[in-house]
Amino acid sequence: MKTKAALVAATGFVAIAATAPAFAGETLDAIRERGTLICGVSTGLSGFSMPDSEGNWSGIDVDFCHAVAAAILGDSDAVEFVALTAQQRFTALQSGEIDLLSRNTTWTLTRDTALGLNFAGVTFYDGQGFMVPKELGVTSAMELNGAAVCVQPGTTTELNVADFFRANGMEFEPVVIESLEEVNAAYFAGRCDVYTTDASGLASIRATVAPNPDDHTILPELISKEPLGPVVRHGDDEFLDVVKWTLYALIEAEEKGITQANLEEMRASEDPTISRLLGTTAGNGEALGLSEDWAYNAIAAVGNYGEMFERNVGADTPLALERGLNDLWTRGGLMYAMPAR
Amino acid sequence: MAVDTLHVSDRASLWNDPRGRAIIYQVVVIGGVVLLFWYLISNTMANLERQQIASGYGFLDREAGFEISESLVSYSAASTYGRAFLVGILNTFKVSILGIVFATILGTLIGIARLSSNWLVAKLAMTYVETLRNIPLLLQLFLWYGVITVSLPGPRDPINPLPGVFLSNRGFIIPVPEAHLGYTMAAVALLVAIVLTVVVNRWAKARQAVTGQPFPMLAAGAGIIVGLPLLAWLAGGAPVGFDVPELQGFRYVGGVPIRPEFAALLFGLTTYTASFIAEIVRSGIQAVSYGQTEAAAALGLRKGMILRLIVLPQAMRVIIPPTTSQYLNLTKNSSLAVAIGYPDLVHVGNTTLNQTGQAIEAISIFMAVYLGISLGISFFMNWYNRHIALVER
Repeated sequence: MKTKAALVAATGFVAIAATAPAFAGETLDAIRERGTLICGVSTGLSGFSMPDSEGNWSGIDVDFCHAVAAAILGDSDAVEFVALTAQQRFTALQSGEIDLLSRNTTWTLTRDTALGLNFAGVTFYDGQGFMVPKELGVTSAMELNGAAVCVQPGTTTELNVADFFRANGMEFEPVVIESLEEVNAAYFAGRCDVYTTDASGLASIRATVAPNPDDHTILPELISKEPLGPVVRHGDDEFLDVVKWTLYALIEAEEKGITQANLEEMRASEDPTISRLLGTTAGNGEALGLSEDWAYNAIAAVGNYGEMFERNVGADTPLALERGLNDLWTRGGLMYAMPAR
Repeated sequence: MAVDTLHVSDRASLWNDPRGRAIIYQVVVIGGVVLLFWYLISNTMANLERQQIASGYGFLDREAGFEISESLVSYSAASTYGRAFLVGILNTFKVSILGIVFATILGTLIGIARLSSNWLVAKLAMTYVETLRNIPLLLQLFLWYGVITVSLPGPRDPINPLPGVFLSNRGFIIPVPEAHLGYTMAAVALLVAIVLTVVVNRWAKARQAVTGQPFPMLAAGAGIIVGLPLLAWLAGGAPVGFDVPELQGFRYVGGVPIRPEFAALLFGLTTYTASFIAEIVRSGIQAVSYGQTEAAAALGLRKGMILRLIVLPQAMRVIIPPTTSQYLNLTKNSSLAVAIGYPDLVHVGNTTLNQTGQAIEAISIFMAVYLGISLGISFFMNWYNRHIALVER
C-alpha cells in the first residue's frame, strides 16, 4: 500500500514537473497575458522603495516600475511589488519570480555577465559613504582605523569598504547582518562606530530611522561609484529595450520641458522630437512592440525624471538630496537620453 | 504433468505473486525517482546555459574581497572564496561544539533539578524548561543580541568588573597570557596529563576487577591534571605576564574579544537546547524503575554509588538516542547566525553566493557540510550508544 502511494506520488510529481514550462516565454508576452508587471523592490528604503502603513509603495524605484507598467500595459497601477533583501534579489530575477528588478542595485561587470543579467540604464548615480555619530568627533573617513562598521551582506558596499580599508592600510571589524532593519538597529544601538552604504541610503536612514537625525553626520568622502539602475534577465532583448527606453523617455521629457501638468498641451507641440516621443508622430511604439502612446502613458504616470527625483528624494523631502550627478547633462549632470527616433 | 501445470500457472501470475509485485513496484519507484532527478538536473543545466549564468566550482579560487569579523585561521579580504568557506565552516564548528558541551552540562543540571524534592528548585527548573523550549529560537537570539547591544554601555565607558576585563556592546574583552615558553609548556603538559589520567584510570579499574582493591582515582586524577602543568609552568620560568586589553582609538588592542554576535548565538543555542536535554535527562532517570534503587540499597551500596553505578548507566540508554537528535538540531540551528551577523557557514556562503551568483554551488556546499557534520555526530553517538547498551548475558 505504502509503495503504491509513493509510486503514485512519484509519477504525479514527474508529470507536473514535465508539464510546467521552464520559463514563462518572452517577458513582454507574459506581462501582457498576466495583466501586471511584477517588480522587485527593497524591503524598505525611504525615497527609493518604501511601503506606507496601508501597503502603498513609493519612491524612485517604485515610480520607475509604474512608468514601465504604464508604457507596456497603459495602466500605471498594474504593478505587483515583491519586497526583496539584497541577497534574494538576483535569484528572484534569474528564476523568473519577478520581471524587473528596480531595487537600488549597482551596475557591475560581474552582475551584468556571470549572473546572467542586463542593466537597462542608470536611474540614480550614487557613491558609497560613511555615517558616524557626531559625538565621535570624526571628520574624515581616514580617521576610521579600527572602527566597527555596520554593513549589509551581498552588496557591492561590503566589497568597497574592504577595498577602501585595504587600500589605506587600515583595519576594521565588519558587523554584517542580512536584514536592513537589524543592521539599522545594531548601528543605532551603538554596536558599530560607522554605518556604510550608498550616500543616498545613508541620507534616507538618517532622515527616517535615526532617533535624532542631528546626532549623526555623513562623512565627506565617497569611496566608490554606485550607478543604480533597473535590471532584467539576459536573453530577452525586447523587454530590455522597453525598460531602457522608458527610462530614456523620462529623461528626454525633462530635457524637453514635458511635465505631468503640461503633457496634454505638449501633445500638440510643433517640435518634431516631442511629437515623436509622445507618439503624435507614429513609429517609436511599433518599433518597441508597444502602443504609440507608451511614453505619453509613462510620463502621465510619474512625470519626467526631474519630477520623479524631486518628489521622492529632492530638496522638499526628508532626504533633501541635491540633484548633483543626477542632473541633466545640459546642467552639468550625467542624465543623458539617447535620441528617441 | 501436474507439476508442470503448477509451474506454468506460477509463472503466469507474477502480478498476483506478492513478491513479484513488490519487485515491480520498487523498480518503478526507483525508475521514477531517477527520472525525476534527471529531469530536474538537466533542466537546471539547460536553463543556466540559456541565461549564460556561469556554473562550476572554479569561483572558489578567486579573491573573496570581503572581510570576516572573526576567524580561527588567518583570513583577509585578499583570501579566496574557498578560504572564506573554510572560515565559515570552522566558525560553525566552534559554536556547535561549545554549544553542545554547555547545553549538555546545563541540561543535565536542570533535568536533575526538575526531580529535586525541593519544591522551589523543581518549579524553577520547570519554569525554565517550559519557557525556553516554547519560544522560537530566532526570537530568543534577537532578544539576547538586543540585550547585549542595547543594554550594555559603549566601548568608551565599559563595565570593568575585574582589572583587564571589559564588558561593552562591542563584546567581552578578556586578557590572555602573553606568548611565553612557560605557558606553552604548561599547555602541552595539560594534554599529557589528560592522557596519563585516562591510562591510570584503566589500570586502576583492571586492578580492581582482579584484586578488588579500590584506587583513589579522583585524588590521583586531580593531582596529575593540576600538578603536571604547574610543574611545567614553573620549569618554563613561571611567567606571570598577561596581554591586557587597552582602548586605542576605536577598539581594544590586546586580549581576546568575545563578540556580541558569538555570545548571543552561543547563549541562545545553549539555553534553548538545554531545555530539551533537561526533559530527556528527567525522562531517562524516571525510566529506571525505583526497584533498582531499592535493590542496590539492599546490597549496601551508598547513595552516590547507586546513582553512578546503577541508575545512570541504565538511564543513559534512554537518554542517548534523543540527545543525539538535540545535538544535530543545535548544529543545524546554528545557521540562524545569519539573523544576528555571526559569520558561520551560511552567513559567509550567502555573501559568496551573492557576490558570485553561484547559488546552486554555494547551496550544495552548505548541504554537504551540514550533512557531513550531522553524520559525524550520528556515527559518534551511535558508537557511544552501542558502547553503553545493556549487554545481555
